[in-house]
Amino acid sequence: MTEVFDPEIPVLNAVELGIVRHVRYDDQTLVVVITPTYSGCPAMRTIEEDIIEILKEKGVANYRVDTTLTPAWTTDWMTDEAREKLVREGIAPPQKGSADKGLLMGRIRDVKCPRCGSHDTAMISQFGSTACKSLYKCAECLEPFDYFKCI
Amino acid sequence: MQDNKYNFVLRLADDALILGQRLSEWCGHGPVLEEDIALSNTSLDYIGQATNLFKYAAELAADGRDEDALAFLRQESEYKNLLMLELPNGDYAFTIARQYLYSSFTLLYLTELANSSDSLLKGYAEKSIKEVRYHVQHASDWVLRMGDGTEESHNRIQTAIQQIWSYSGEFFEMDEVDQKAVDEGYGVDKASLRDAWQKAVTATLTEATLQVPESGWNQSGGRSGRHTEHMGFLLAEMQYLQRAYPGARW
Repeated sequence: MTEVFDPEIPVLNAVELGIVRHVRYDDQTLVVVITPTYSGCPAMRTIEEDIIEILKEKGVANYRVDTTLTPAWTTDWMTDEAREKLVREGIAPPQKGSADKGLLMGRIRDVKCPRCGSHDTAMISQFGSTACKSLYKCAECLEPFDYFKCI
Repeated sequence: MQDNKYNFVLRLADDALILGQRLSEWCGHGPVLEEDIALSNTSLDYIGQATNLFKYAAELAADGRDEDALAFLRQESEYKNLLMLELPNGDYAFTIARQYLYSSFTLLYLTELANSSDSLLKGYAEKSIKEVRYHVQHASDWVLRMGDGTEESHNRIQTAIQQIWSYSGEFFEMDEVDQKAVDEGYGVDKASLRDAWQKAVTATLTEATLQVPESGWNQSGGRSGRHTEHMGFLLAEMQYLQRAYPGARW
């Protein structure tokens, strides 16, 4: 499963993203359970197809990919390693504690520029290049960048 | 019993689909690039939510129709969405007014639906609420910006709120399907959300220096399949591909 990558953020694999929830045998069938990041995430179908492709490659004859909505995906599942990789890709990683509504609604986010590390950044738009990102700009190095928003 | 749940789920699915379809019309037409992206993303959230709900509805119906058949191959009177959601987008103020009034309601609704005894509805609510929080924040930012902005923007958003207000009463209507869903533990008593909604909306509109319209006579009919004259045009566009090329996939 670590060989399946998110087509829109190709530095992260499906496990690091927290999309793959379980892999288990249901009798003779290998069941992979995945969960979408956003309800309408267009990458899900591709990720599912890629998983099937890999299973076939590995010689798994009986398999099934199930999708679940519970528990709802959260950016908290993203590993520290995944967060590091995002920074190297120029994407500010989500802050921890997405369950905190106050943080989400209160707009007190302190987002660090992934290029120069400055905290002097401002949100340009809540919605970015994909459903899971917002658009930010750094006031220090003037570069715009993506911020992986907390959900 | 199954029938009632099917109808209940189908209404939610139709709401998400029709609003998603309307918002997708802004793709490539947004007033600025960021807003074009914002509304396209919001549309995607709704269409994703609709997909999840239609899958569930198809499972409940168990009559061989899949989620695509439910979404694209029904007749106008078989769609049960709220009338507000099928109205044409109008200008940006009108779209924002609708986004604001509707997502403020949806946030309250989903918070309650997250206590549903039905595990799929509960899962749907918990998932969608995270997305809708962003929709409310986005729409309220714009209500404030337009309301407390220039004379032109103030007038536009005030007019839009005024025009759309009579469609908001339908949010809180309870009929047999809703009541049965509440009695059986999976639905939401929508009438009880009215005060909280009115309070939240009044606070934002007041801050935006806007007048809160008087509530009076309300538009109604979506839940029983009686639509506005705009619905047929929307469906003609949305269903075209599946009607012209049945079973088309890509």
